Amino acid sequence: MNKSVYDSPDQVSEFKRHILTVLVDNEPGVLARVIGMFSGRGYNIDSLNVAEVSNDENISRVTIVTHGTSEVVSQIEKQLLRIVPVHSVTNLDQEGSSVEAEVALVYIYISDTNKKKVYQVCDLYRARKIENENNTTIFEIAGSSERVNRFIREINEITKIEIVRSGPVAISSIHKNEEE
Amino acid sequence: MNIEITGSEIVLKCLAEQGVEVVFGYPGGAVLPIYDTLFKQNSIKHVLVRQEGGAIHAAEGYARSTGKTGVVLVTSGPGATNVVTGLTDAMMDSVPVVCITGQVPTHLIGSDAFQECDTTGITRPCTKHNYLVKDVNKLSSVFHEAFTIAQNGRPGPVLIDIPKDVQFAKGAYEEKNKIIIPSHRLFEPSPDFEKSKINEAVELISKAKKPIFYIGGGCINSGPKASKLVREFINMVGSPVTMTLMGLGVVGSSDKNSLGMLGMHGMYEANMAMHECDVMINIGARFDDRVTGRLDAFSPNSKKIHIDIDESNINKTINVDVPIIGDVKQVVEKMISVWKEKKYKIDTEALNLWWNKIDKWKEIDCLNYNNEGKQIKPQYAVQRLYELTKNTKTFITTEVGQHQMWAAQFYKFEEPNRWLTSGGLGTMGYGFPAAIGAQVGNPDALVIDIAGDASILMNIQEMSTAIQYRLPVKIFILNNEYMGMVRQWQELLHGGRYSESYTDSLPDFVKLAESYRAVGLRAKTIDELDTVIKQMIETDSTVIADIWVTKEENCFPMIQSGSAHNEMMLSKDQKQDKKSAEKGKILV
Repeated sequence: MNKSVYDSPDQVSEFKRHILTVLVDNEPGVLARVIGMFSGRGYNIDSLNVAEVSNDENISRVTIVTHGTSEVVSQIEKQLLRIVPVHSVTNLDQEGSSVEAEVALVYIYISDTNKKKVYQVCDLYRARKIENENNTTIFEIAGSSERVNRFIREINEITKIEIVRSGPVAISSIHKNEEE
Repeated sequence: MNIEITGSEIVLKCLAEQGVEVVFGYPGGAVLPIYDTLFKQNSIKHVLVRQEGGAIHAAEGYARSTGKTGVVLVTSGPGATNVVTGLTDAMMDSVPVVCITGQVPTHLIGSDAFQECDTTGITRPCTKHNYLVKDVNKLSSVFHEAFTIAQNGRPGPVLIDIPKDVQFAKGAYEEKNKIIIPSHRLFEPSPDFEKSKINEAVELISKAKKPIFYIGGGCINSGPKASKLVREFINMVGSPVTMTLMGLGVVGSSDKNSLGMLGMHGMYEANMAMHECDVMINIGARFDDRVTGRLDAFSPNSKKIHIDIDESNINKTINVDVPIIGDVKQVVEKMISVWKEKKYKIDTEALNLWWNKIDKWKEIDCLNYNNEGKQIKPQYAVQRLYELTKNTKTFITTEVGQHQMWAAQFYKFEEPNRWLTSGGLGTMGYGFPAAIGAQVGNPDALVIDIAGDASILMNIQEMSTAIQYRLPVKIFILNNEYMGMVRQWQELLHGGRYSESYTDSLPDFVKLAESYRAVGLRAKTIDELDTVIKQMIETDSTVIADIWVTKEENCFPMIQSGSAHNEMMLSKDQKQDKKSAEKGKILV
């Protein structure tokens, strides 16, 4: 159901997180079309990731994380398919099983008093220290969003940090025959 | 090796190969090369409008009255921004239009150059697709793809932005049949999915006791054959049928199965039948809010079949039981063959009871109005216009407001493509330029714009266009000196406080017509009406007929916002219950 002012009350399905992967022609303005559909129709984007798929330079894969009932997300999928350069839209949650990962870079304000604790947590999560010319403490962590969240929470309890996150990318883990 | 020609020449060659006969446009700095090429040829006619907004509505009128694609040519910056309303209008009403805009030269893009704007950025949400062509060698493929996309699947507007240097640059022309459009960029319904659903749908119809067909503009976009098939199928079933504003004409008004228009200002019997039916067959309509009324009370006890070419319309506002994605013509053809093959027959006894019930609703006579006195009632004016033009090939366009609804209620359409109105976007100022486009496409037909005094002023400058090309378009103004629909809502919902809805200082429309060297006529009383209408029809030039109508007439019946199909208001005295009136007030 759309969020219209003539709203229908029979929305029953659960409001939850969905990961959509959208294959698009790599042409100017295509990302704006995708994003514009979300903002124009009042849908939310939690995170967005876009890059060329290496084996075909004319196609990009966009990964979008959004929240909504299955009715809203199904409407999002159909609206995305109307966009001319869109090849396909896959809702990874409906595919059943998928693998997702994201990367975060964390600048950690470190001192003699918290150093030991910080390194313990980083070891636990297998966060990797990135060497840099200013010799500041920057760690890289990859994995599911949930795992990255936990890492950030724990480090943040110890000291001040600055974070940048990529947002998740995901791929279906179901065995499939070669497409197209 | 292909012979190299300029970008502008490629543009004209593409248009010619696409079978374009006429372009509506307005020149300017960034399209001068194309206009220069246009000057040197004779096969494509150009209609010079007086504001770019007029060009795009004219192209819409041309497209909808002829079934061809409308073409617009305007300059960069203000030329492009002026077509935005029309592009949105064409998007909402699914009209195939290709709009060519000039752009500043490639090396100046992004520098805030004179008459530069981000045309593709601005028009992205209001076109089906758009292009900025930076390479002259891509022009032909872009053009041929643009025409295909504009017409394919659910039609719509496509814009091509061409920088001035690309218009001068030399490149190779590629023919239409050399261009391969990847299938994902077009609409292709899956035939298997259709088949099973079609069987399910036809079986459901055969078991119906209270069926109703709900027909929309998609049937018109699918071509004249679609209307024929839809009529044939409805006759086989013997079911009542109602049409949306965009679908008027698919089934003739005089057809025994027709209940007329449904929705906010639709027929009482049509809305009641929608509310009480047990099987609803939606063909090419999209459950628009003007049609459904309050969603939680929309046709509560029916199984719904929805045939639409655009999958995003399925379950968008109303959940349906049997969705079928496809073109009306193909789907209905298959439905007919399944019906025949399985020798289905509807329960005649139940159907008779259903028709009896509908006939009771018809007795309410919902379009009834008080026609006493010397003053012309707007409803009566449209009725007379219909009676005096029904034997002529007539196209009716409208602006937006009360007059539009009266036209829809009282003018009887027997054929598709004869009724051009701005449904989805509700664009005041649409009707007159659309009438110009329709007249260009149908030079021998009678084209009448039923207008309001406020709407007509929104594109009145096109009088010059009509005169220049000797287009005998008739403007039939229902003049009540108000923005009638705004006034009606203010009366019903805002305590009769007519905030800014009185159109003071109106021009003298007769003198206005004369100043453009057109003919101006006026009817002040009921006795003058027929004479003026006849004179208008007989005059072989552009005419403005200024019809003075009752000032504070309301358009009824009406489903007020927030109400349901079975809560129709038949007259002013019938008040909506207070709670739903308050809730409805925030709606549009």
